[in-house]
Amino acid sequence: MTAIDSPAPLVDAEEVRRLRQEKLESIGRWVLPLAIMVLAVFLWDRICVWNEIPKYILPRPGVVMQTMYSDAGLLFSSLLVTLKITFLSLLLAVIGGVGLSVLFTQSKWVEMSFFPFAIVLQVTPIVAIFPLINIYVANQTVKLLLCAWIVAFFPILSNTTLGLNSVDRNLRDMFRLNGATRWQQLRYLRLPAAMPYFLGGLKIAGGLSLIGAVVAEFVAGASGQSSGLASRIIEAGYRLNAPRLFAALILISLAGIVIFLVLSLISHLILRRWHESAIKQER
Amino acid sequence: MLQKDVMTTPQGASGVEPALLTLRGVGKAFSNGVTALNGVDMTLAEGDFLSLLGPSGCGKSTALRLIAGLSSPTSGLLDWRGGGLDRSQVGFVFQEPTLLPWANVFDNVWLPLRLKGVSRAKAAPAIMELLERVHLAGFATAVPRELSGGMKMRVSIARALVTKPRVLLMDEPFAALDEITRFKLNNDLLELWQDQRFTVVFVTHSVFESVFLSSRIVVMAARPGRVFEEMTVDAPYPRDEEFRTSASYASLCRKASDVLVAAINAKAGDAKEAGI
Repeated sequence: MTAIDSPAPLVDAEEVRRLRQEKLESIGRWVLPLAIMVLAVFLWDRICVWNEIPKYILPRPGVVMQTMYSDAGLLFSSLLVTLKITFLSLLLAVIGGVGLSVLFTQSKWVEMSFFPFAIVLQVTPIVAIFPLINIYVANQTVKLLLCAWIVAFFPILSNTTLGLNSVDRNLRDMFRLNGATRWQQLRYLRLPAAMPYFLGGLKIAGGLSLIGAVVAEFVAGASGQSSGLASRIIEAGYRLNAPRLFAALILISLAGIVIFLVLSLISHLILRRWHESAIKQER
Repeated sequence: MLQKDVMTTPQGASGVEPALLTLRGVGKAFSNGVTALNGVDMTLAEGDFLSLLGPSGCGKSTALRLIAGLSSPTSGLLDWRGGGLDRSQVGFVFQEPTLLPWANVFDNVWLPLRLKGVSRAKAAPAIMELLERVHLAGFATAVPRELSGGMKMRVSIARALVTKPRVLLMDEPFAALDEITRFKLNNDLLELWQDQRFTVVFVTHSVFESVFLSSRIVVMAARPGRVFEEMTVDAPYPRDEEFRTSASYASLCRKASDVLVAAINAKAGDAKEAGI
């Protein structure tokens, strides 16, 4: 570019350097991870070829892509099942997490009494709880939902509780001075103030609900009845169908990445006008 | 003489009318054993611009919170004319702008009315007029982070005035602003005060600010927080930039400053002895 080679009179050398640096950074942000990814896939392919690894142990990337295409019907319908569980449990986690945290902030006593239960639910590995759920709950979908919910609701609960409690003291006084009711204080002050915290929890919960859904399917071992991606993976594992196993794995990761990106976008759109975390710094 | 008896009826009040608010022997002790205020007697007349001036730790902010009803005294009483405190009659401006960061200027000013159930459409004319009065006419849809410190404070003042309170309580509202902005806000505040005839209690640690603004100054001393002396500022309103550079302003400032220095050096027990 000639514009950079011959700087305009108002732009000094340092400014030019800074601009170039910024441009490089913005390109690098996309190009670098992509390049590394391509390199890794290429190496993967080469290692398979050089070591003559059979495809039931480590399939070449091309074979995985081929399988993704040829088994598309099976894999994507399974993905849909898993995503359904994921989103439903995330929805329930939001309702449960926010609902409980609102309840907690209404009364210290409620929080003191029930918060330990939330922690117990959180720290006990879901794999260990599942056999119980398996006995008590008949419906397959409800089973999976319950599992994924237990995994996902805690970050929302703890983050939102923290947010509801970290309202500026003066703002609280201001509401008191204006005779705000409890409900008004919640609606106009605490809930909006907790929004950044809630959205932070939501981002974590989004990933966790996917993990919860997959883990639940795994332990449910639901061959036949449930047909999520986890059961496809188990199935493929039994049959030494490594290409399909890899394809399913890639779909799960992609789903996780998309969920994270969507939630990040939502968070950005909600906070961009006022919260520090979403404001672009101007230099 | 500048020094006045505590109970003297200040100018601006018509002699027969009882004071709007009388503090009788008001004290406030906190649970950690700190006595923030001790035996404070003070009167507030309708239309006063009263400054509470004193070093940090003299309990002036505590006194303001007591008047606002944000906390209650541990001894003595606050005597409002015509019974108890009606909160809708009091506006409060904090040291920080204390705005809702997610709401725009209009919504921030609307908030006190909204909490009283006034709809947006019904509140709009009054809010737009008020925004014009505080020189923020074009900023109704801006959010706080897009405003400068002085502008945020203007929003805060507009929010306190939107309910048309009879008493405006201000807790060092301009302390964090630069001098030029502060002068401008001082002028605008006086203009609003003269125009709308509310009563002001203004906490500050600036001698110059208190003299420029007030009709009366209550100088407080610390440890324990108490009223040290009261003085009337004998200078006519309207006060403008000319007053700020006048000789009478300078001499009033010197007098107030002397009292403040005496208050800072005073030991417990010296309270009010100089004045009474």
